[in-house]
Amino acid sequence: MTYTPEMMELIKVVEATRPQRVGQRFPSMTMEEREQVLDSFHPDYIKANMREIRVGVNKGNRMPLELADVLEGRPRISPDFDLSQPEFSTDVLVIGGGGAGSSAAILSSESGAQVTLVTKLRLGDANTMMAQGGIQAADRPEDSPSIHYLDVLGGGHFTNYPDLVEALVKDAPGVIQWLENLGAMFDKLPDGSMYEEHGGGTSRKRMHCARDYTGAEIMRTLRDEVRNRSNIDVIEFCAAVELVLDDNGKACGAVLYNMETEHYFYAQARAVILATGGSGRLHYQSFPTTNHFGATGDGLVLAYRAGAKLVFLDTMQYHPTGAAYPEQILGQLVTEKVRSLGAQPVNIKGEQFVYPLEPRDVEAAAFIRECSARKLGITTLSGQPTVWLDTPMIDLIHGPGTVAKALPAMARQYKRFYIDMAKEPILVYPTLHYQNGGARINVDCSTEVPGLFIAGEVSGGVHGRNRLMGNSLLDVCVFGRRAGVAAGAYIPGVTVGLPNLSHVAAWNMELDQAGMNGAIHSPILLPNYTRTV
Amino acid sequence: MAEQIQNIPIFIMGKRYDVPPSLTIMKAMEWAGYALIRGVGCRGGFCGACGTVYRIKDDPKLYFGLACQTVVKPEMYLAQIPFFPAKRASYDITKIKAEPVTLFKLYPETLRCLGCGTCTKACPQELDVKGYMAAAMRGDITAVATMSFDCIMCGLCSARCPAEEPQYNIAILSRRLYGRYLAARSEHLEKRVTAIQAGKYDSEINKLKAMSLDELKQSYKARDIEPQ
Repeated sequence: MTYTPEMMELIKVVEATRPQRVGQRFPSMTMEEREQVLDSFHPDYIKANMREIRVGVNKGNRMPLELADVLEGRPRISPDFDLSQPEFSTDVLVIGGGGAGSSAAILSSESGAQVTLVTKLRLGDANTMMAQGGIQAADRPEDSPSIHYLDVLGGGHFTNYPDLVEALVKDAPGVIQWLENLGAMFDKLPDGSMYEEHGGGTSRKRMHCARDYTGAEIMRTLRDEVRNRSNIDVIEFCAAVELVLDDNGKACGAVLYNMETEHYFYAQARAVILATGGSGRLHYQSFPTTNHFGATGDGLVLAYRAGAKLVFLDTMQYHPTGAAYPEQILGQLVTEKVRSLGAQPVNIKGEQFVYPLEPRDVEAAAFIRECSARKLGITTLSGQPTVWLDTPMIDLIHGPGTVAKALPAMARQYKRFYIDMAKEPILVYPTLHYQNGGARINVDCSTEVPGLFIAGEVSGGVHGRNRLMGNSLLDVCVFGRRAGVAAGAYIPGVTVGLPNLSHVAAWNMELDQAGMNGAIHSPILLPNYTRTV
Repeated sequence: MAEQIQNIPIFIMGKRYDVPPSLTIMKAMEWAGYALIRGVGCRGGFCGACGTVYRIKDDPKLYFGLACQTVVKPEMYLAQIPFFPAKRASYDITKIKAEPVTLFKLYPETLRCLGCGTCTKACPQELDVKGYMAAAMRGDITAVATMSFDCIMCGLCSARCPAEEPQYNIAILSRRLYGRYLAARSEHLEKRVTAIQAGKYDSEINKLKAMSLDELKQSYKARDIEPQ
């Protein structure tokens, strides 16, 4: 109904080729073809949109312009900020209230530690909540953690850190069991075995799901559990703006900021877990994003100033299927599960042009190629290039009602704009989705900074240069749990020395010496979407 | 210049702003100059931060929606309900049982439901809230869990409820009881977890970790892909 008459005509073309396309498998690319399409069409490969960072541990490394600007920002507080009277003291300070932060809080609370979780928006306001399609775990007899390992490495172009991947794949089935024991409801067959599908780049079906609310189901369960724990305090609408180190260089808390009263204060802790998520709201290369409102890369800024090394930040994930029409939902996620269930990407002629489940970077680059070099995309009234995602195939393949049952969130989103995706194809285009890299961590989430543990999207290495679908929900649980355990084991016997912000003073000096006036103050905390007149 | 689309008047908490008609409520608020902190979250319809109540001029009916998913209408009077102080019971999931009495003990107010259906009218997900509350009164945990599954916990149901029910909190308790105790167990999952703990896959993975890049690439290419 919201499609224009011109679009309705184009839909007829898609409908005409549909019967012959059902069951027709478009060949997947060879490794060489993958490299070629990435090199020519993936946004990461556009040199003009990257630059070298000029200060800090990663000096000289290339990254997107928008990220370099924020990382090179001026601190929001002075190095002389008064730390003599902490507003509170806790054993473990968890910064971030998404899947990783919540998992970390739960596990460190189990060690008996007193935990305080602070989060910039509400507990659960995180990309975890929005992940739809699934979570990987090799638990079927046909599958194994070693096959999962190989899939992860191939998807990441063999750049991933092997120890982290090993941890990811070996912890995976245990994570599913943990979540289920907490009461998360996964889709199952009548005998109780898990219903599992393929994702892009998987060689076995290992995508566990909860309809298309997988992340929401995991997040709301973890959130509920955090609230059930008497030794976890939660402070919402409270951002961290700087880590605090003691005179031995150990992390010993953070300067926090009440988002509503605009009050800055010091919270002391014996260990800090940083789980602040990604940075899609920096809108790299002006892409729209699937990310939640708070994804502004704060944790990268904090960790970087404190001396943590960042890795793989020249690679961002563009999800192949962002909603591209209607404009009100531009950039919002169309879950990969839509393709897992059989929907094919097709061009204006109604032809397939790419295997539907290539790894995400390859799939996205192929969409961009179809619209740019090949000029076979569909351009909307606002000039947005798009390709069709032929969603009516899902009910054709799996039977009527499958879209409604397996993809209720997607169907609901389109229904709000009078599009019935079970009957009409939808228009999609790559959207900024995920920060592949981040702060370098060890398998126990420890870092260069003693007492600082980092987990989830803000960390880097496990996915290498490209993450596969379903490995992010897994990542936040695996490494969130590991960070919680490690912090719990670390704190006994730790005594906090003299807290100070000398690393912030050193940072300012480095900026001064480089002649950088730093117009941006970072972390930026929230994007600014108000109209500038 | 091309024909300009006329802005439309909307009233944000009673104050008039003229905004482009194609915007969602959330984007219209930002267009009007509101730098949102409360009432904004995922911006994709999943987090429940932006529950909004609105009315159209001369129409007494209240409408409900998510600010990030609802397009503005002319003469719309709106207010957001980003937080609602509904009761939430604390419990130890390992120590409670999936029995009706658990619901009634933790949420005795469940039985006070009037069955008026105001909650259902307020649900931006169009869930049958009244229906799952009826199931809760029967102690049918499975029905509450499945009927409430798409709940985003925005709290609009509670905000409107004359019986002061925390419907969405009763719903998540039921889902967690179902997930932990009532869903059939997955045998293949339990077996795999045990095998990993016993170190069954360590040598395979160590072998992969010891491979050169070329060997890894060969192994990757040689993978057999399970059919769709």
